[in-house]
Amino acid sequence: MEQILANGLYLGAQYALIALGLTLIFALMNVLNFAHGQMYVLGGFVTYTVYGQLGLPYVVALGASAVTLAVVGAVIEKFLFRTVLRRSVREESTMLLAAGVAFFLDAVILLLFGEKQRGVPKIVNGVLNLDFRLIMPYDRILVGVLAILSIAAFILFMQYSKTGRAMRALAQDRVAAQLQGVNVERYSMIGFALGAMLAGLVGGLLVTITGVNLGMGGPTSIKAFMMVMIGGAGVISGAIAGGFILGMMESIGLTVLSQYGDITYLVIFASLMVFLAIRPQGLMGKPWG
Amino acid sequence: MNRRNALKSMAIAVSAGAILAAGSLGAAWAANPVLKIGFVGVTSGPAAAWGTSNVRSMQTRAAWLNETGGVKIGDTTYDIQIVTFDDQKDPKRAIAGMEKMAQEGIHYVVGPNVDDGAAAVRPVAEQNGIMYFPYAFPKALYTAPASNAVLGMIASYQSGPAIYKYLKEHKGVKKIAFVAANESDPLSQRDGGVAAAKALGLDVVSDNVTYQVDTTDFTPVLTPIIKLRPDLLVLSGVAPANAPQLIRSARELGYQGLISTETAQDAKVLQEGAGELANGFISVGGASTPEIASDTMKEFVRRYVKMFGEYNDESNTKVYALEYILDTLKANPAAINDVSEFKKTMDTFSAPNPYMKGDSKLKYVGMTSFGQKRQIFVPMVVNEFKNGEFKTLFIAEVD
Repeated sequence: MEQILANGLYLGAQYALIALGLTLIFALMNVLNFAHGQMYVLGGFVTYTVYGQLGLPYVVALGASAVTLAVVGAVIEKFLFRTVLRRSVREESTMLLAAGVAFFLDAVILLLFGEKQRGVPKIVNGVLNLDFRLIMPYDRILVGVLAILSIAAFILFMQYSKTGRAMRALAQDRVAAQLQGVNVERYSMIGFALGAMLAGLVGGLLVTITGVNLGMGGPTSIKAFMMVMIGGAGVISGAIAGGFILGMMESIGLTVLSQYGDITYLVIFASLMVFLAIRPQGLMGKPWG
Repeated sequence: MNRRNALKSMAIAVSAGAILAAGSLGAAWAANPVLKIGFVGVTSGPAAAWGTSNVRSMQTRAAWLNETGGVKIGDTTYDIQIVTFDDQKDPKRAIAGMEKMAQEGIHYVVGPNVDDGAAAVRPVAEQNGIMYFPYAFPKALYTAPASNAVLGMIASYQSGPAIYKYLKEHKGVKKIAFVAANESDPLSQRDGGVAAAKALGLDVVSDNVTYQVDTTDFTPVLTPIIKLRPDLLVLSGVAPANAPQLIRSARELGYQGLISTETAQDAKVLQEGAGELANGFISVGGASTPEIASDTMKEFVRRYVKMFGEYNDESNTKVYALEYILDTLKANPAAINDVSEFKKTMDTFSAPNPYMKGDSKLKYVGMTSFGQKRQIFVPMVVNEFKNGEFKTLFIAEVD
């Protein structure tokens, strides 16, 4: 039981951090960022290059991933999404653009980093083993703690900084925020950059555990969307709750249901369908959007 | 000369130069007629490593052959052109790819890389007179009445029993557990492995644990298996991207037994992803371990690195298909546009194996597994990973 809970918490922390960026972008711009998984992968490859290939300290690599993705996010928002949002009122335009960005990033990653799975040296050696009741490598514990600290820092930033308050105002009512003097374009770009940065950060964290490869982007996006749907689209606390719920469901399912074959995600998807039929806005979303 | 005239003269000179350059390039291309060989397989997405190592092996060898004057088949010397199609591991796209090959008049195709893709293209290949060399294991593709597919590697149901038998006799393995991705290839390889293990009298302690193909954290997946303490953990049909993570999770969970797979792996990927935790990992390789690699193989690796920056050890098994196609055509030039001639030649074909030391031969095999010669003979090199590189554990043969 201890092992199931520990695995669930660890998975939940990383999932929540992935979902945060996605839900932030949705909240601010009403954009479903299908390229979120590819941004995560790019963050992983930046850390791989800086830490694994160039041999610089891991903290530097993690910072490089965050900054690179923040810049990539800002550029994508300024030159692509902003233009499309200005010229088109149809929601599917941004969805198609996001899908296009995902394909584009896939191609760029293949060209720059190749097709192979990549990994980096462990950041901490050793395994916590409590009489085989609970086994957890120290690097997972560290990554889990860093993920939780990042989530806490993000919440504090959104709650108490001027930028965070402006973005929350924007998410609540775009027109009202604009009337109150919030620079919509500026804070949309900052929000998109922050969302992309979170994807890059978690990519940089997890490359030390799972490695990274070109194909991880799509499945990561799907999981992120699931968490957002569970918690409620555009709600920060919902994304965190969705991440921890999915992590715990995965951990319990893989242990309890393993004897019946690979049905964990079948059960999760079936449960999600029933849940959304009853509560389509998710746990913390509002029925009116 | 005023500025305007000078610009005009420069433009004319540049245009003339471009025309001359194009002409000389055309002349270079026209030096030999071109023989097109196709590739239909996966070069994007999660399984991109399988097809990419395929394509790059073919492109490296083709460039090498063209650089040294081309390939003489009968009285004609050809330059080799590799025509590629990414099927994205989708059977529908694999069919479209094979149709494209037919439209281009191509009769010899390497791929597809997976079971469902290889099965899907069979009607197209047979209707259009195409011989194809899949890296897929369904026996129906190679057993009569099917006759156009030639297995391009050692099948898991051939290497698995050999590996388990070796480990039973030399390492005292008694209890065995299997884990596989929830996909057709790994699942069929697992089922074949389970049958082989039972036939050898091994105690199969787990054979129903599977994982989603996009899993990145294997600790929850492996936890129930590790508690059963098997002597050997088989990663059935494991993709190179997943192998290091599975090994790492198993070792970090305290597993101290042996780990093996019947698929080819890449040493650098294992080293980066699992480091010394991957020491002792057993997999099937090809011809580039130092003990058996010929000078030609070493030159191939050198050229591959020069072209693509980094070698992929999976190419050790994928270097062979193009060689077989060209050498069989050399043996019977009438086969260049007639695959029935190719099939006739397969029964008696034999040529020196350029990639291995010693007197190893290229020949078609498969009589035991398929009742007809529909498999290329590739040495079954079983490797053990040790400190960043593969060491040959043992070599066996398929007949």
